[in-house]
Parts: sequence; C-alpha cells; structure tokens
Amino acid sequence: MGITVSLHSELREALGEKYVLVEPEDVIVYERDGSIIQVMPEVVALPADTAQVAAVVRAAKRANVPIVPRGSGTGLAGGAVPAEGGVVVSLARMNRILEVDPRNRTALLEAGVINLDVTKAAASHGLFYAPDPSSQAACSIGGNVANNSGGPHTLAYGVTTNHVLGVEVVLDDGQVVWLGGAVPDTPGYDLCGVFVGSEGTVGIVTKALVRLMRTREAVQTLLAVFDRMDAATQSVVEITGRGIIPAALEMMDKVTIEAVEMGSSLGYPKGAEAVLLVEVEGVREHCDRAVALVREICEQTGARQVKVAQDAAERQRLWKGRKEAFGSMGRLAPHYYVQDGVVPRSRLPEIMREVAAISTRFGLRIANVFHAGDGNLHPNILFDMRTPGELDRVIEASDAILRACVAAGGSITGEHGVGLEKRNSITLLFSQQDLDAMAKVRKAFDPDGRFNPAKVFPTPITCAEMRLVPAKIPAGLWI
Amino acid sequence: MDLTTGTRERGNAGTRQATSVLSIPELDACVHCGLCLNHCPTYRVTSLEPESPRGRIHLVQAASQGRIEPNERFGEHIYLCLMCRACETACPAGVQYGRIAEAAREVLGPPGSPFARAVQMFAFRRLLPSLRRLRWVAVGLRLYQRSGLAVLVRPLLPRRLREMEAMLPQVPDRFFSPKAEVLPAIGPRRARVGVLSGCVMSVLFADVNEATVRVLRRNGCEVVIPNAQGCCGALNVHNGETVAAKAMARRNIDIFLGSGVDAVIVNAAGCGATMKEYGHLLHDDPAYKEKAEQFGRLTKDAAEFLAELGVVPPQGRVDLTVTYQDPCHLAHGQRVRTQPRILLASIPGLRLVEMDGSDRCCGSAGIYNITHPEMSQTVLSEKMRMVDHTGAQAVVAPNPGCMLQLRFGGKKFGPNVPVYHLMDLLDKAYGNAGTGERGNEETI
Ligand SMILES: Cc1cc2nc3c(=O)[nH]c(=O)nc-3n(C[C@H](O)[C@H](O)[C@H](O)COP(=O)(O)OP(=O)(O)OC[C@H]3O[C@@H](n4cnc5c(N)ncnc54)[C@H](O)[C@@H]3O)c2cc1C
Ligand code: SF4
Ligand code: SF4
Repeated sequence: MGITVSLHSELREALGEKYVLVEPEDVIVYERDGSIIQVMPEVVALPADTAQVAAVVRAAKRANVPIVPRGSGTGLAGGAVPAEGGVVVSLARMNRILEVDPRNRTALLEAGVINLDVTKAAASHGLFYAPDPSSQAACSIGGNVANNSGGPHTLAYGVTTNHVLGVEVVLDDGQVVWLGGAVPDTPGYDLCGVFVGSEGTVGIVTKALVRLMRTREAVQTLLAVFDRMDAATQSVVEITGRGIIPAALEMMDKVTIEAVEMGSSLGYPKGAEAVLLVEVEGVREHCDRAVALVREICEQTGARQVKVAQDAAERQRLWKGRKEAFGSMGRLAPHYYVQDGVVPRSRLPEIMREVAAISTRFGLRIANVFHAGDGNLHPNILFDMRTPGELDRVIEASDAILRACVAAGGSITGEHGVGLEKRNSITLLFSQQDLDAMAKVRKAFDPDGRFNPAKVFPTPITCAEMRLVPAKIPAGLWI
Repeated sequence: MDLTTGTRERGNAGTRQATSVLSIPELDACVHCGLCLNHCPTYRVTSLEPESPRGRIHLVQAASQGRIEPNERFGEHIYLCLMCRACETACPAGVQYGRIAEAAREVLGPPGSPFARAVQMFAFRRLLPSLRRLRWVAVGLRLYQRSGLAVLVRPLLPRRLREMEAMLPQVPDRFFSPKAEVLPAIGPRRARVGVLSGCVMSVLFADVNEATVRVLRRNGCEVVIPNAQGCCGALNVHNGETVAAKAMARRNIDIFLGSGVDAVIVNAAGCGATMKEYGHLLHDDPAYKEKAEQFGRLTKDAAEFLAELGVVPPQGRVDLTVTYQDPCHLAHGQRVRTQPRILLASIPGLRLVEMDGSDRCCGSAGIYNITHPEMSQTVLSEKMRMVDHTGAQAVVAPNPGCMLQLRFGGKKFGPNVPVYHLMDLLDKAYGNAGTGERGNEETI
C-alpha cells in the first residue's frame, strides 16, 4: 500500500512539520514494541489533541491506508507494530492529566498519560489507580485500555476494564464520541466495554475517565521461600482456596531471582527454587490476621522461610525486583521471549511441572515470573537468536506451553493481548463461529478494516518486511 | 591539519567501517522494555521515540546492521542526547548506554556545522591537551571581558553568537597554581592522595580546587598535585574525539600511578566518570589496559572518598538551607548519591531540602548548553522551577558544568540564589571553626 505525497502534506498541515515523521532515521524506531517482531512504518504521526487525532484518521481514510495506534510501545505481543504499513499514530504527546476529582474518586486522562503518573497525581488525595502492570512506569493508559492490562494487584482489584468508566474515542470516519460515563452503569449496550481489550482494532482511544481507589490503611508484604516449585504452587492453591484474597500473589523462580539479583541486591535468596511475594492490605486487624494465615499455610506446604518486610524501604526493594524482572532477563541472555498463558489456579502445580518438562525437552532455559494468584503464567524463554535453529525451538516450545495451558482449561493470553504474535494461536481457543461473531462487532466500528489490521484475528502475513530481531525471517514463520 | 580533521573524518566514515565500530555487545542487552523512557530528559520534552534512550539504541543497532545510514539525521538524534545516563540508572537490564552513544559519536565526529566541528576539533586536540594553551585562551577571554571590548562587541554579534556569549562564564583573576606539588596532611596522616586539577576547574574554579585541597588536608590527607598532569579527556570522549583523549588518558595514568598515591581525587563529576572508565577507553591498548583499570579503581570523587574515609566532623557552622543537585555523572555515571548527602549532614547549621527530580539533568552536559541552547534551556527552566519549590537559599552542585549552568539559570529564570560546590561548604564549615587555618595563600 503506497503512501501518497498528499497524505504527508495533509498530515503536516494538521500536525505541523515536526510531528509527522517520514525519514528512515526517524520512523525506524517505531518498528518495534516490547516484543521481538518488527515492521518499519511508512509514516508516524504524533497528534497533540483529539482534534488532531481525528484529522489523522480522516486523512488516512482518504488515502486508504491502515492506522496503527501506539502508546508507549511496551506491549509484548507486537500490537503496536504496523504489520501492514500505514500510519502509526503515537499518543505519546497526549499525556495531560486533565482532572483528578477526589470527591467522585475519578481521574480524567488523555490516552498517552503514563500509568504511574496517575497514582502520583492522586496520592496527595489518599487515592491510587489500581491496575499496575509491571511496566507501569512506562506504559500508557490508552495501551492499558486497548490491552485490558492487569498487574500484580489484579488479584484483588481486577483488570483495567473494572476501572474504566468511560472513554473518548475517534471512530473510523473521524467522529469523536464519548462511550460510558461518570456513573458505573450507563443504559444501553456497554460500548465502552467494546473498546477495552480491543487492541486498537476498533478506533483510537483519546481520553479515559478512570476510577480511583482509596489508599489502604495498612499493607504488609511477605516473602515465602521454597526449595521445591511444587510446594510453592501448592501454597498458591491453598491460600486462594481458603478464601484469602491477597492484594497480590506473585511468583518468581530460581532463574528469575538470579537475573534480578545480578542488578542490585534486593533481598531475594539466591538458590531458592521459587519465592512467593504476597501482599495483604486493608484495615490493620485484618492485615495481621491474613499475614498469620498466609504464613501458616506456606509453612505447612513446606516453605523454607517466611519473612515479612519490616518497613516501607524493604517492601519497595522487593517490589522493585519483581517489577524489573522482565527487563533483568537481558542480563542472562541476549534475547528472551515471554509467553503469557493462563490456567485456573488449581491447575498451577501441574502446568508448572509441564513448563519444566518443556524446558528440558527443548533444551531451553526458562525463567518464570508471574501473577500466580491469577494463574497467569509468564515463562520467559531465554535464547540467542544468533545460534542457528534456536529461534525455531523457542517458537515450538512456546507453542507447546500455550497448548498445555488450553488443555488445562486456560487460555492463550492472560493480559498481554493477542496482537500480531498470537493471532494464529487464537484458533486454539475459538471456533470459526466465535471468530465470525467477533469480526462482525469489529466491522460495525471499522467497516474497512483500517484500524490495526492483521491483529487479533488469524490472517496470513502479507507484509514481506516483517522481521524478527535481528535475523531476517521468511514471512509466515512466526506462528 | 586539525582545523579540517573534523570534516574529513565524517566523510571517511564509510558505512562498512561504521557498521563494525557500531557492532558492540552492549546493544544486545537492550530488551526494548521502555522503562527508561520517562527518565530521559529529551524524551520528556519531545515525546519522540528517536529522542529516547530506547530509540537511540535502536538507531545505533539499525546502523550497525547497515539498515540505515549513520547520516546527519541520525547524528542529530545522537547529539540531542545529554549523555546524562539517567537511562542507565533506570534500566533493569543494565544496558551501558553511555558506551553505545560514545561509539556512535566516534563514528559521527563532533556535531554541528563544518565550522563548528573544526572549532571543536581544534579545542579537543590542541587546547584541552595543553593546560598552558588553555590558560592563554582564558587570559584572552579575561581581557576581552574586562577591557570593555565585550560591551562594544556584544551588540554587533548575530543572535545565536550573542546567546553563546551570554553563556560565557566570567574568568576569575587567578588560576589554580599550587605552590608545591606535595602538601602535607594537617594532623595525623591517614592517606596520600593525588588531586586532579582539571582543565575547566583550574581555570574557572581555582577557589573550589583550593577548598578541595584544604578539606582533604584537614581530613589527614597528604595531597599530591603533579604539575605535569593534564585534562582528563571527558569532553573529547563525549563528543566523538578519541585520538587525543587516549593520549591524555595515558599521560594521567603514568603521572598518577607513578606518584604512589592511595587514591586520585576528582571534584568534577564528568572527569571522575571518564577516569573511572579509562579501562574501557584503552581496552584495545595492551600496554595500558591493565594500568588504566588500576587507575580507574584508584579514582574517587572527593565526596565519595571523604565519606568512605570517615569525614572529620567540621566544628564551624554554616547556617544555610540548601538543595542538592545530583550531577548526572556522579549519580548516574558513578552511582554516588548518598556520600555527598552524608557530608552535607555533617555540617552544623546546614539544612538540606530535597528537590523533586534532584537526579534529573540540569541541561549543562559538557558543551551541550552551547551546541543545543534551546533544549538545554528548556531542561534548565524546569530544573529551576524545582529549585524554586524547595525555597532553598542556595544550591549545592559538586560539578563545574552544573555550577555554571545553575548560575546562568538563576539569572535567567530565577531563583537567583548562590550555587556552591560541596567542597566550598565543607571548607567554610572548617574555616568557621576559627582555628585560623583559613586563607588561601597559607594553606596552598
Ligand atoms: C517489563 C514489562 C512488564 C510488563 N508487565 C505487564 C503486566 O504486568 N501486565 C500487563 O498486562 N502487561 C504487562 N506488560 C505489557 C504492556 O506493558 C501492556 O500491554 C501495556 O498496557 C501496553 O501499553 P503501551 O502504552 O505500551 O501500549 P503499546 O504497546 O503502544 O500498544 C499496545 C496495544 O494497544 C493499542 N493502543 C495503544 N494505545 C491506544 C489507543 N490510545 N487507542 C487504541 N489502541 C491503542 C496498540 O495498537 C497495541 O495494539 C509488560 C511489558 C513490559 C515491557
Ligand atoms: S543519556 Fe540522558 S539524554 Fe541521553 S538517552 Fe540517556 S537519559 Fe536520555
Ligand atoms: S535501555 Fe534498558 S530500560 Fe531502556 S528499553 Fe533497553 S532494556 Fe529497557
């Protein structure tokens, strides 16, 4: 799909010279997100406000080219990668926090606002924004909405969809509309809900009205250390089975601990097979009771040691390790490929045994760090793309993991989305009829299939330029 | 000769040669997670990925694969970077961004127009390596500033040059010229240390150098200030000049290692960071590699050294509310953050009020404030806003570039408060004890 000169000049007129990028030395950095797939865009537009977003959408429609929304590019499924070329619309400049309303406990945000900045802005009112992806220091609210992102605290508070009251969106013809609203339940269809988790395939989110929550009176963080993975997973089953809902229940395995502790010493025991990071919060008495119960369960299931963080500094150190775990993988291997499967948490012990077996079978090191309380696995397969044949094995191993998740009654993505990466794995989960029904919903919003094409739905790759970093991979190899 | 080298080098940097210089292992460590983005001053201002650490790393990687040319546009992105290395602190994967950027700059040569490049090459290769020549330039500048010529010339300059002229610091009356190469410790001797005089420090901040030496001596250090030492080469390395830089590094290594000191003390953060990394600069020089690494281990920032030695608590008071600016090359480049605060806390009467983002760059960044005045001042105005919020009566910034920049910022954006080096305040505190040891001439 060629991009015409008139599109360039139309975009320049609407956004100004500086914010329409076309030179290779500019656009090439938008070819990739946090995943390992890359396709170079033809044009990148950086609108400053909703009106400019609408102008971009209209111009792209006239030129008949695809539109790919992009937040901070931290996505792990290639969602913001322009698989079929066209205009990448970066929302990065739209990063204003328009209002924090402590009385109604809401915040009105532009789509490019960084997740962590919301909590920073709300903190002085004793409020916080609950969905906290580990990438929260970088990812955008628009990206969170599009991927319906979760985080360590999803267990207690739910995912993004539970915290978005309304969104302002730009539709396929450039119309700007508000969906949802200031009250929790608006009459009629839940159209706001259609946008949450839509991965940029139905329109561009330009603003979001989100719910804020009151900071808890007390919070305690425990670290339980295990010599066997089985014991750790069994603890998760027991804790949640007994009706305790910790605010967060995270697991890190031996390899992950090694990576994290290589950076700076944060207090994770090297050599342990697995650790659970458990956070409980609420009123003080409840907290103390929950801590005692969690400790008891972990000790019964065979924890070597259970320690409670003594102060805020120790808590922060432990969380820093958890939040930087993905990034730390770079210390162990030149490349890592993070999978994102989910199983009912009662099946955790068996799925982790399966992951270990897959690791041995394919001869690949796998680091596990994940939202155990949600049964949401993140096996990070470590590899070196330059070793011939290694990437193929990684792809096979990750496929095996996904199949195991589905076989255990789970799904192929817990929170990272389908994107480009898993659009063909989606058939593991949905029948053709299911997919047709979804396609109809999409078509109602995006009749020309212009928004983020080749994502979510199974499609053959048409773009010959798709590359896995850094080796050139023939089109079609990626699952 | 030198005046043309800059231009010639860029022409010579053929793509194939560029790809090999750029293919460095540091690139592989970046996992593209984006956690560095919001720590990057230029990304915070522009919201543009090519002006972010992740973007720049991707650019270098693409150039190393021959997918893009290391051309002018590429160079603009690489040189809009402040080299503050805040991204290194933020990065969970331990990516050594500084090395990636230095490799890119080596391929590009110094930034700017051919004339600007030639001027820089002249400065890097002819002036900085020779403190004598540098002093002659400073004398010239002082004459210009004092003789009234400046007042006459200023209105005639084009706007861009006039702005640069406004950034020029006042050259003080006196340069740093210690009376002896070895000065004894005051009280029982605890260590023998070398002191780097520095290029900018010795010309513009003789008083800070003198204060540093006095403070060291009062802490029981015998101080060695070799005459034959030279500039450390930091400005060269940051601006893509490595030939002269390596020669300068070798000279300092020989001189200080030969003087039998327990540590080499630096009071300029940029110099300290570069000297600690001499091992990397000379990694392909078999004769010097190991010596360079040893030298790197001996190098200590003055605050780092004193805090580790155990600072002798000053008895005099300095009644002042200050805020502390973490110099980038101290906080990010050398991971020295707590030590300066320990020293500040040791001064009776002094109160520290932390500012938001104290470890965010002030926009000085070596010669960046001259090569990129617009970005530099955007970053600076934000910094001054944070200083203002603290209500502090003074700013402490233990690095010459930051001191000049913050003084300029105070005048331009307010609050117009004094800017001190940490060693200034410690020296004052010791001096105020009334032991009669103050006065520059006696002790130096
Ligand atoms: C270190 C690390 C840790 C992570 N941890 C977690 C985690 O704990 N939980 C989790 O859920 N995810 C996690 N992620 C994945 C990622 O951060 C999330 O998916 C995040 O929501 C993506 O936000 P973004 O702004 O970077 O979006 P991008 O990557 O830019 O885009 C993601 C998708 O959203 C679409 N999109 C972006 N903005 C808009 C918009 N305004 N309107 C419409 N569509 C849009 C894009 O087209 C794309 O399909 C992690 C990633 C990293 C690198
Ligand atoms: S060194 Fe500073 S300016 Fe340069 S990329 Fe890193 S954070 Fe940004
Ligand atoms: S430099 Fe570090 S923080 Fe930045 S994207 Fe790369 S790995 Fe992530």
